[in-house]
Amino acid sequence: MARMTGAQMVLECLQREGVEVIFGYPGGVVLPLYDTLPQYPGIRHILVRHEQGAAHMADGYARASGRMGVCLGTSGPGATNLVTGICTAWMDSVPVFALTGNVSRALLGKDGFQEADITGITHSITKHNYLVMRPEEIPLTIREAAHICRTGRPGPVLVDIPKDVFQESAEFDWPERVHLRGYRPTYEGHAGMIRRAAELIDQARRPIIIAGHGVIWSDAQEELVALAEKAEIPVITTFLGIGAFPEAHRLSYGWLGMHGMFYANMAADNADLVIGVGMRFDDRAMGRFKDFNPGVKIIHIDIDPAEIGKNFPTAVPIVGSAKNVLPRLTEHVREAKHPEWLQWIDQVREEHPSLHIRESRRMLPQYVVRTLYEETEGNATIVTGVGQHQMWAGQHYFYKRPRQLISSGGLGTMGFELPGAIGAQVALPEAEVWAICGDGGFQMTMQELAVVVDENLPLKIAIFNNGYLGMVRQWQQLFYDRNFVAVAMTQPDFCKIADAYGIRAIRVETKAEVAPAIREARAYPGPILLDFMIDQEENVWPMVPAGAALSETIEAPAEELAR
Amino acid sequence: MNPSTNGYHPRKRANHHTVVAIVEDKPGVLMRVASLFRRRGFNIESLTVGHSEMPGLSRMTIVVDGDSAPVEQVEKQLYKLIDVIKVSDLSNEDIVARELAMIKVRCNNVNRHELLDIASVFRADVVDIATNSIILQVVGDEDKIDGLIKMCEPYGIRELSRTGRIAMVRGTKTTTVHEPEPERIARIHQTQGRRVEGDLPFSSD
Ligand SMILES: Cc1cc2nc3c(=O)[nH]c(=O)nc-3n(C[C@H](O)[C@H](O)[C@H](O)COP(=O)(O)OP(=O)(O)OC[C@H]3O[C@@H](n4cnc5c(N)ncnc54)[C@H](O)[C@@H]3O)c2cc1C
Ligand SMILES: Cc1ncc(C[n+]2csc(CCOP(=O)(O)OP(=O)(O)O)c2C)c(N)n1
Ligand SMILES: [Mg+2]
Repeated sequence: MARMTGAQMVLECLQREGVEVIFGYPGGVVLPLYDTLPQYPGIRHILVRHEQGAAHMADGYARASGRMGVCLGTSGPGATNLVTGICTAWMDSVPVFALTGNVSRALLGKDGFQEADITGITHSITKHNYLVMRPEEIPLTIREAAHICRTGRPGPVLVDIPKDVFQESAEFDWPERVHLRGYRPTYEGHAGMIRRAAELIDQARRPIIIAGHGVIWSDAQEELVALAEKAEIPVITTFLGIGAFPEAHRLSYGWLGMHGMFYANMAADNADLVIGVGMRFDDRAMGRFKDFNPGVKIIHIDIDPAEIGKNFPTAVPIVGSAKNVLPRLTEHVREAKHPEWLQWIDQVREEHPSLHIRESRRMLPQYVVRTLYEETEGNATIVTGVGQHQMWAGQHYFYKRPRQLISSGGLGTMGFELPGAIGAQVALPEAEVWAICGDGGFQMTMQELAVVVDENLPLKIAIFNNGYLGMVRQWQQLFYDRNFVAVAMTQPDFCKIADAYGIRAIRVETKAEVAPAIREARAYPGPILLDFMIDQEENVWPMVPAGAALSETIEAPAEELAR
Repeated sequence: MNPSTNGYHPRKRANHHTVVAIVEDKPGVLMRVASLFRRRGFNIESLTVGHSEMPGLSRMTIVVDGDSAPVEQVEKQLYKLIDVIKVSDLSNEDIVARELAMIKVRCNNVNRHELLDIASVFRADVVDIATNSIILQVVGDEDKIDGLIKMCEPYGIRELSRTGRIAMVRGTKTTTVHEPEPERIARIHQTQGRRVEGDLPFSSD
């Protein structure tokens, strides 16, 4: 054992936990930690421009790599600025480790300068959080927090450390393992339940798998493919499950939900058995719960027991990780064929293709995404903001692998795009990462362009510039009788903004320029911003109107197709 | 409000469930549990917490309104809290459930004897007596306490304080936890998050 300051212990522990990058922003109470950073050259600190960006970067880093992402902020405003990012990670089960400083212990609870009760504030948006009152508690606390963060159902944790705890010294006692009586995630899956599930699958005539984000966290794509192939079960995914199953596979039928494919929604609604894997039956995916496929039986495989039965009654619950449960299920199911059922879905798909892009002289956003897909041969990692462009990016790019689409689903956080993509690019320095940005969302976090430059990241940034908060405009058009209020925006010259940061930029004004611009961006070794002046009034289709059932999915109306 | 009843209406208890949670005795646990119930919209009828037979662990008895949420969800959500170690739903158990109440009742020399008679029927103790008021302490299940309250109402209730329910399963079955922690870890868990006593360095940043 050696004597160390609290600050040294924090960095020593993070290093032992395998942390290589911290996205952070300094301030008074974390100065002792910053002062110590140079002693740990193995930990790279990336200076963000707003703490929200730090949390989203840690999140993007985690989603892209499967590893824990770490962000750091000072007390008070630094900590509260992290909150949106922590909540974003919470809703989508992302392992983000947030570290905050707080005022010295003598001032805690006295409304000291820049004191915020960040543990209290984040109770409901972290898996767990800690306020550390003694340096000797740091090693076990960081170990426990990291363990909770990345095991079981992943999720954010927060560790809050008062300034004088960073400064005080104590013996460093590294615990070999953690021991948490109140935290024992189940990975295995109950053998009896797995057998019952296999029986239901064997009996089903119209089974369907709905694969979610949990399959991606579980790295279970192969295992999923094996099950689907053996029993010939068509697979659809949730929006966050995109990439959990290769979209080019013959059993892939896209994704379901509010803006999912028509045939995916119909397949889910007409199946006699739904096998939900690592997905939480969210309302955006399932439509109006009470009218979802009456009579369907549900098998639910999820690592979090509290998800089972939360929104739908479940015939067979299996608590465990997809990685472990799927192969055992595959073992038990009989080989099967479902030609009639597949034909039925194929027929719906033929009649309602959903992903057909109409001929148009306009620069349709769908066309931009599809061209990007073609130019990148479907290999790029795509990070999006929230809104119409997000849905088009999910629809018109076809994904092969897990972690290829990174997007804020549950919280739907505008502004995620740029910092999320920065985090992903930091995690995957060799990968081709595209940030698909809304012109609205981009302006919420665009100051992080400075990080792209500082870190010399070869990020490709595509702005879908429709001059609108497009998704909201779409709702006002459809549900508020075209009463457009507070959705049109005068946009700055995004190319000049990029230029001001020293980033190359190209404005793309016509359809003919789309492919050449993408090619140029790809050929360029550094960061580059493309400002796509897309058609302003295009809507996202298909759509399950707010509050409707999947069976009520509507498709693009004729007058829109004629535009 | 009906003045004769002090506005007190015993609630119907048709669908009340008694849940016992063994939790870490750490700062913030109560807030975590309360905040979970609030956020998920589970209605708490009562919540009592105190030390248990296990050092470092507290026992919480929570009475939830089953109409607000299926007890199964309440249990599962509680389990998600890291500081919650074991949850037992006692709804289908043969239990002894008790609550303590103190009732300060208006009285005078004329009617004090009536009140004392009522108290003895309910086996309530008189724990304080003054010229114009009396404090009754009663232990029992909610029905018994409600009954006594009802009888006191005509005299005028000045103050009423109830502890909420605690419960135990009859027989040998318990809600205890048999899992000691390694000594080194237990030592840190004991202080984790707790204030440090004594003089601390002052610094304004
Ligand atoms: C504008 C907008 C439109 C949207 N439209 C749609 C839409 O049309 N369709 C749609 O689906 N979504 C849509 N969403 C996203 C939606 O809000 C949800 O975020 C999404 O449906 C959740 O997907 P999920 O359940 O797969 O993932 P999560 O919410 O991340 O849930 C993951 C689940 O997997 C479990 N899990 C984690 N690890 C494991 C493991 N190892 N093994 C097993 N299980 C595990 C978790 O416990 C959890 O239950 C939209 C979002 C926005 C912002
Ligand atoms: C932080 C935040 N504020 C508000 C919203 C509500 N909202 C959802 S989509 C959207 C419009 C997004 O506009 P833009 O980024 O331009 O994307 P577009 O829909 O035009 O593609 C808004 C305001 C949100 N999701 N996040
Ligand atoms: Mg827009």
